[in-house]
Amino acid sequence: MNFDFSDDQKLLKDQAQRFLNDKSSLKVVRRILDTDETHASEVWKGIVELGWTGTTIPEAYGGIGLGHLELCMIAEELGRSLAPVPFSSSVYLATEALLLAGSEAQKQKYMPPLAAGEMIGTLALSESTQAATPRTMKVSFDGGKVKGVKMPVPDGDVANFAVVAVKTGSGTDEKSVSLAIVDLTGPGVTRAPLRTLDPTRNLSNVTFDNAPGELLGAQGGGWAIVQKVLDHAAVLVAFEQVGGADACLNMAKEYALNRYAFGRPIASFQAIKHKLADMYIKNELARSNSYYGAWALSTGAPDLAAAAAGCRVAATEAFNFAAKENIQTHGGMGFTWEFDCHLYYRRAKWLSLSLGSHLSWKDKLVSELEKRNAA
Amino acid sequence: MDFDDTPEEAAFRQQVQAWLQANAPQESAQSVFRAGMDEAAALKTARAWQAEKAAAGYAKITWPKEFGGMGGTSIQNVIYSQEEAKYNLPSGFFDIGLGMCIPTMMAYATPQQLARYVKPALHGEEIWCQLFSEPAAGSDVAGIRTRAERDGDDWIINGQKIWTSGAHYCDFGILVTRSDPTVPKHKGLTFFFLDMKSPGIEIRPIKQISGGANFNEVFFTNVRIPDTQRLGAIGDGWKVSLTTLMNERMAIGGGGSALGTDDLIDLARKITFPDGQPAIKNSAVRERLADWYVQGQGLKFTRFRTITALSKGQTPGPENSIGKAVSASRGQEYTAFAMEMMDMAGIVTDMDLAPYKAAFQAAWMMAPGMRIAGGTDEILKNIIAERVLGLPGDIRVDKDVPYNQLPGVK
Amino acid sequence: MDFEDTPEEAAYRAQVREWLEKNALTIPPATRVGVTESKAWQKIKAAAGYAAITWPKEYGGMGGTSMQNVIYGQEEANYNLPGNVFLIGTGMAMPMLMVHGTPEQKSRYIQPALYGDEIWCQLFSEPGAGSDLAGIRTRAERDGDDWIVNGHKIWTSGGHYSDWAILVTRSDPGLAKHKGLTFFLVDMKTPGIRVDRIKQISGQSHFNEVFLENVRIPDKNRVGAAGEGWKVALTVLMNERSAVGNIGMNVGVDELIQIARDAELIDGPAIHNAAVREKIADWHVQTQGLKYIRFRSLTALSKGITPGPESSITKAVSAPRRQDLAAFAMELMDMGGIIQDRQIVPYRAAFADDWLYAPGIRIAGGTDEILKNIIAERVLKLPGDVRVDTGVAFSDLPTGR
Ligand SMILES: Cc1cc2nc3c(=O)[nH]c(=O)nc-3n(C[C@H](O)[C@H](O)[C@H](O)COP(=O)(O)OP(=O)(O)OC[C@H]3O[C@@H](n4cnc5c(N)ncnc54)[C@H](O)[C@@H]3O)c2cc1C
Ligand SMILES: Cc1cc2nc3c(=O)[nH]c(=O)nc-3n(C[C@H](O)[C@H](O)[C@H](O)COP(=O)(O)OP(=O)(O)OC[C@H]3O[C@@H](n4cnc5c(N)ncnc54)[C@H](O)[C@@H]3O)c2cc1C
Repeated sequence: MNFDFSDDQKLLKDQAQRFLNDKSSLKVVRRILDTDETHASEVWKGIVELGWTGTTIPEAYGGIGLGHLELCMIAEELGRSLAPVPFSSSVYLATEALLLAGSEAQKQKYMPPLAAGEMIGTLALSESTQAATPRTMKVSFDGGKVKGVKMPVPDGDVANFAVVAVKTGSGTDEKSVSLAIVDLTGPGVTRAPLRTLDPTRNLSNVTFDNAPGELLGAQGGGWAIVQKVLDHAAVLVAFEQVGGADACLNMAKEYALNRYAFGRPIASFQAIKHKLADMYIKNELARSNSYYGAWALSTGAPDLAAAAAGCRVAATEAFNFAAKENIQTHGGMGFTWEFDCHLYYRRAKWLSLSLGSHLSWKDKLVSELEKRNAA
Repeated sequence: MDFDDTPEEAAFRQQVQAWLQANAPQESAQSVFRAGMDEAAALKTARAWQAEKAAAGYAKITWPKEFGGMGGTSIQNVIYSQEEAKYNLPSGFFDIGLGMCIPTMMAYATPQQLARYVKPALHGEEIWCQLFSEPAAGSDVAGIRTRAERDGDDWIINGQKIWTSGAHYCDFGILVTRSDPTVPKHKGLTFFFLDMKSPGIEIRPIKQISGGANFNEVFFTNVRIPDTQRLGAIGDGWKVSLTTLMNERMAIGGGGSALGTDDLIDLARKITFPDGQPAIKNSAVRERLADWYVQGQGLKFTRFRTITALSKGQTPGPENSIGKAVSASRGQEYTAFAMEMMDMAGIVTDMDLAPYKAAFQAAWMMAPGMRIAGGTDEILKNIIAERVLGLPGDIRVDKDVPYNQLPGVK
Repeated sequence: MDFEDTPEEAAYRAQVREWLEKNALTIPPATRVGVTESKAWQKIKAAAGYAAITWPKEYGGMGGTSMQNVIYGQEEANYNLPGNVFLIGTGMAMPMLMVHGTPEQKSRYIQPALYGDEIWCQLFSEPGAGSDLAGIRTRAERDGDDWIVNGHKIWTSGGHYSDWAILVTRSDPGLAKHKGLTFFLVDMKTPGIRVDRIKQISGQSHFNEVFLENVRIPDKNRVGAAGEGWKVALTVLMNERSAVGNIGMNVGVDELIQIARDAELIDGPAIHNAAVREKIADWHVQTQGLKYIRFRSLTALSKGITPGPESSITKAVSAPRRQDLAAFAMELMDMGGIIQDRQIVPYRAAFADDWLYAPGIRIAGGTDEILKNIIAERVLKLPGDVRVDTGVAFSDLPTGR
């Protein structure tokens, strides 16, 4: 057994950490928080130069043809640094969708610019303040034209194109859903940024008014592809969450060791010690589940769906807990804009909602377990 | 045991209902009336409402008539609060002043001072703040450093306070200072009230995580306070502070957000889950609603028991700490869950898109502060363990050590 | 990253499988077996070297790696074998002797313990000292070539069938508490030792109270110098944490899912109920998390890195989870959940057993709270609790009731 990342992969992780420390400090995150910028374009440029955007894209399509394990290492560091870039939308969602379902021509057309950072993609699924389903989705695709409103679309205001979940049939079953690639800079598309709890990552409202689109994958096969894309993204996002949770634990620990109350470091009070031990336990459970998710993703294991849901559930729990208890450990200071705790509190929530709710992933996990248990 | 109003109570309730109906602003009957209102606007509405309440005697029902109260019972106070809660009226601006500062004044100030200060505070004309916490002393309030030195008939104050809610719009404040650093930390404190417009006071707003700035840093440079504004004896500041803190837990007790389980149930009815059923039909949702409802009821009935004790003339003890210990983190949990129910869009705070004008999201951003202000979760549990259950206190390393010889104090 | 055996590991696994196939003592399911069967099986294993894979050959081990030990464990788990009553002997006492024992002690005790001829128990905890082991009071006083021991030990697992014990005593109450301890090996048949069974909450009696009255122990049975008992005890405790794990756990998430399929709630099978699903998901994720933490430690082991106090996580998570999971399974059986009749209740009432056993697991070998302290202090390097007992003579410490 070798349940660890290789030395090369760890080297990549160290490199990523150094680059992000240097180029994407929390100062940069704050700049995006405080201004109208949608993302840190100079950080994005550096990321593209390092080739991260092409990590999983085969060399034949202009990528560097590494695997998902490498991508996981990068994701953990992006999560730790809270880098305000459209990486997850373009790489975990759009690129994965194309890898899974793109025709040869589509791969030829989109992969090289995705790898080179000339294009940024995203996935447009949700339409309102409840989970999108084949039954409730309204955005239509008819005669090559997309019509309707998607909300919220991650990095919708940054991306050049979106993979849009559309209705191609009148039914309400999964077969009524297809995917269409739509040029977001083209005719018939209007977009507006949304106000959200985490302004350091863009979310937008995208209105399609007969915007031209082309099918991605078979007509009626969209729902199944979306589920797979979400599984892949769940593993990668879990690594971002693990990175973020780890950063929170470190912040809380540093603060607790140096903050005195009642003549003692607050880290010497058991209420604080056990709180941090609880954080550590949740983080390790999440990290270990995520390693398994990484393995399942990189090998295309048959239980990828269960592995993905498992790491998402554990990592969502860990990051949300670490982020809120990190504030609590900081007392009044943690509640100030000036301290960085809230940047993590916000991002934890963004990540935990961005692929759909905690409850729905737990439900999905048990559906997988049921299949296995029946077998 | 019964929950029915006695005939007198029923009569009082009717009177209150009629008065509220006639006087409360129409819009206030909707629960999201104030979402998104800015501070200046909210303050203006609040002052106007406070003045009306005070004129009718409802601003402090239990205070004696001489102080502008109604001379009423605690039960009447509860009845009024129950009825007022049906409206969404501006509140919060006067809680510190009327809940903590003025009661401390009543215990320690002269009759002349009370005659001067109580009425304007009650009518919302003058607002008070609490200058206790410092950068190095929050949970451990007795660790404060702000110096008070005697100079003839005055005291000269130098130092820094922090987290002072409302200091930027307040007229007066209560202040705890260190007058003698050579004695153990609880012994060398002296307590004052002061005019927030005194020369030498500088107020800098602190931006909190939500982006708003409800609290401040307050710097004191050679601020002069006449000795007549001292409350309690020199060196007795800790005792006076405890009076304030006891009242604080009572005032914040109910704490938390204006949104309750009812709103959560309403939201769960409106949202459709992926299985095509309303969220309210989902048993994982139902389980949480049940838990939070039962907790809410538990808090409410604990309060009723306190009120019953009050009405029998007993003083409620530290049991009140339960209120805040439960409600603050409960608020954080259920607002987070409301966002979960909204799925991917739970993160959206656009008031036009997010249900309840994004009030759940706003409350979730305030929740971490509620878990810290007025005693952190951890400190409240210590209080329950020590003062209710009679368990021993934490081992103290700072007892009997002169303040200026403690670690970290220069 | 992979889960495959290396060629050497695969070869070893094949060898183990073959050996087990030929030699494993198989017990038909649901038969109760006792110490006799355990001893027989231990003898077979010891002769082949499998009873102590990682021990050096000079002590009768196989001189193998931790990875081999794990492989053996995985393969052995496929058989229904007699219970292991030798863990305290081979898992804690003998490894301690290898470090601190005299040559005579090693040659006298290691072999019989390994072959299952002598069963060992642990006389550490006392009514007044559990988590705070260094607070023990059992007195040892020197008398010529012997020591006379008087005192009261408690929670001694297997004390009623054990031949020998490791014992920690206080030899000098005038010194600070960690300084005045002395460590011994004691024959459980020595006059003056009385073993009283303690009935646990489950009604069974796995552990005992042991009273020592003028028990004479020859000085040659002392381990380590007089006054150095704490150091020796620590070696034992280090090994204890790695030994206590998921002992005796035979129902988990899979069985819970099965119960949820079978249980009809008011609106259909429990497995379709979202609140039930949520719990299954949470426990599954925890279980998997622990499994993968173990895989990570194994990977580290196979690279020659010794796993640190991180392993405290396992017990800190699994003991309370076991209690909650069992309680919930019982809840799914509705009113019937309280029934313990093996003929009626699914899985022969194993969930009820677990629920009654779990509180003990949350205490034995380090309570939940102590484990979190360990994580906080040794993993996260947070400061220790403020101590009131350092540097104070033991006899001057406050004692409570
Ligand atoms: C929204 C808000 C409004 C406020 N308004 C006012 C105001 O108007 N006037 C005013 O004077 N103050 C005000 N405060 C300050 C408030 O009283 C302090 O923030 C609070 O007492 C905590 O102190 P601290 O921030 O220094 O945190 P610390 O005391 O440094 O606490 C940091 C962490 O250590 C923990 N901790 C500390 N001691 C112990 C212990 N013995 N055992 C276990 N854990 C411990 C705490 O629980 C916390 O998790 C306000 C605070 C907030 C957030
Ligand atoms: C099934 C079982 C088998 C056992 N087998 C053996 C055996 O074979 N040999 C043997 O010697 N012992 C054995 N024990 C004893 C076991 O090691 C002790 O029970 C354990 O160490 C706890 O000690 P205690 O029971 O005295 O509880 P205490 O130490 O009195 O603890 C009581 C409570 O206080 C808490 N507590 C104590 N100190 C702290 C602290 N510093 N911080 C926070 N909380 C604290 C504990 O967590 C616990 O909740 C066994 C116990 C069980 C349940």
